[in-house]
Amino acid sequence: MLNSGLFTETFMVHAWISGTMVAILSAFVGFFVVIRGSAFVAHALPKAGFAGAAGAVLLGVNPLYGLSLFAVGGALLIGWIGKRERNDVITALTLVAALGTGALFLALTNGYASGAYALLFGQIVGVSAPQVADTAVLGFVCLLGIAFLYRPLLLASISQEIAQSRGVPVRLVEMAFLVVVGLAAAITVPVVGALLCFSLLIGPTAASSYLTCHPGKALVLALLFSLVTVWTSLVLAFFSGWPIGFFVSIIVGLLYICSRAVGFRYSGGNRLVRHREPAGAVR
Amino acid sequence: MSHLLALLFAPGFFQSEEVMNALLLGGVVAAISGVIGVFVVIRGQAFAGHAMGDFGGAGAAGAFLAGINTLWGFLAFGVLAAIGVEFLGNRARERDLATGIILAVALGVEALFLYFDTHFTGKVGAPMLILFGSIFVVAPSTVSIVTGLTIASAVTICLIYRPLLLSSIDPELARARGVPVRVISLAFIILLAVVVEEGSLIIGALLSTALLIGPAAAALRLTHKMGWAVLWSVVLGIMAMWIGIVLAYDSFQWPPGGHGWPVSFFVSVLILLFYFLVRLRGKLPKLGITMSRRAMQDA
Repeated sequence: MLNSGLFTETFMVHAWISGTMVAILSAFVGFFVVIRGSAFVAHALPKAGFAGAAGAVLLGVNPLYGLSLFAVGGALLIGWIGKRERNDVITALTLVAALGTGALFLALTNGYASGAYALLFGQIVGVSAPQVADTAVLGFVCLLGIAFLYRPLLLASISQEIAQSRGVPVRLVEMAFLVVVGLAAAITVPVVGALLCFSLLIGPTAASSYLTCHPGKALVLALLFSLVTVWTSLVLAFFSGWPIGFFVSIIVGLLYICSRAVGFRYSGGNRLVRHREPAGAVR
Repeated sequence: MSHLLALLFAPGFFQSEEVMNALLLGGVVAAISGVIGVFVVIRGQAFAGHAMGDFGGAGAAGAFLAGINTLWGFLAFGVLAAIGVEFLGNRARERDLATGIILAVALGVEALFLYFDTHFTGKVGAPMLILFGSIFVVAPSTVSIVTGLTIASAVTICLIYRPLLLSSIDPELARARGVPVRVISLAFIILLAVVVEEGSLIIGALLSTALLIGPAAAALRLTHKMGWAVLWSVVLGIMAMWIGIVLAYDSFQWPPGGHGWPVSFFVSVLILLFYFLVRLRGKLPKLGITMSRRAMQDA
């Protein structure tokens, strides 16, 4: 196994480095995605990013620019219009806007847009050295953002009223968080693919939320799950040649089922998020 | 007059059987999506509605691999996943999470099947077909199946209209009045799956949301009355669909030449345009509140 190039091939070294960074980043971002109940946004932004990447492929520029532009643009749009009415409708419409243009970009690209499809499913062989550098820089920015937002965001996620009364600029914090999700999506998409970026964002935390009710412990557990998922998927994808996203989502699904079964025996439900109001409630 | 017509409709538009099929299919599906969409928006299930498209996409990719009609793949996976979502997410708060996890697994399977599709069947167009729709290449036999399914869905909606409306607006009140809320909710999500899968077949797994949410969201901004909202939503949906088909047909003569622009693109742009035009009218009805008050008055 060790002689097969799993750790020595250049593209695998790139994949290990960027995969690990993506795993860490998704655990932190995903934690807030889950406790805030913004699964739909986390699903929409990578897909919006994919549309941007398709545009970048059409114009022949670095797909990461297209990805970041559409994902962060989508985040700003959702944050800007979304607050005044039900968020999920605006999220859906933003997604439609992005994917509609994405469909056009793909149709206008001559021949088979393999670059774009690699971004849809994820290709570990596709991560180049400059991309690893991009991932590192943007990932670091995201982690800084999360560290900076951690306390006010946690408070605003658990109770908006308390956060407001304590003088937390809730709107601003939420906007900033959406931008971080957008950026994280842009980083994750080239590694695991637009369709599956979402699995990694939501799965590990969803699994950990059935096992503990303490935010800190849940975060550590999610980080652990996330790393295990990405590393196992990398090994499996390397040996099978199948898209890495498939393994990510299956492992995440298994983790979720297992922890839900274990958690159910002790507490009978989701411990981290069960006391909160339903998402999408009319304010 | 005939010059104007020739300008609007590229030559051969009315003679082409594919186009006539597309108009029929598009109109039927847009109409039923419009009806269901209003309920989806009121119930706050846009995420589930969007996820259905991806659930079905996984099935369609599998069906493509097996060489059977993709419609069956769409329907089978869509309905199964819908039932899964309903049972895993029994508390309102957990519904998003349960949808998300099932969605994650479905997307993984979809990615694998699409990968196989492009690598083993040699048809590189498979992802484009499934993700962005195939309205012009739908077989005539499929058209009749879809029409039949749509009629069945419409009849079901009529049958459960009142209890569905009440339990969408105020579940507690509905429960108190003896409406079997769980059963209605299960029936609705299966209905939603069927309708979204029809939409996915024609404008793609990724963009069926456009037909489902866009016209309904615009309609609910135009009027407070449920009946009118449904009507508006149907009209807007059909308009977007038909204009989209005409433009897509015309676009074969547009730059850069060689290939037409996708129907999905036109439909989503038109729907967004409608939505923003409606928004610009400046009325911001507090729909949820007005609706529940109305329901209480009716009760």
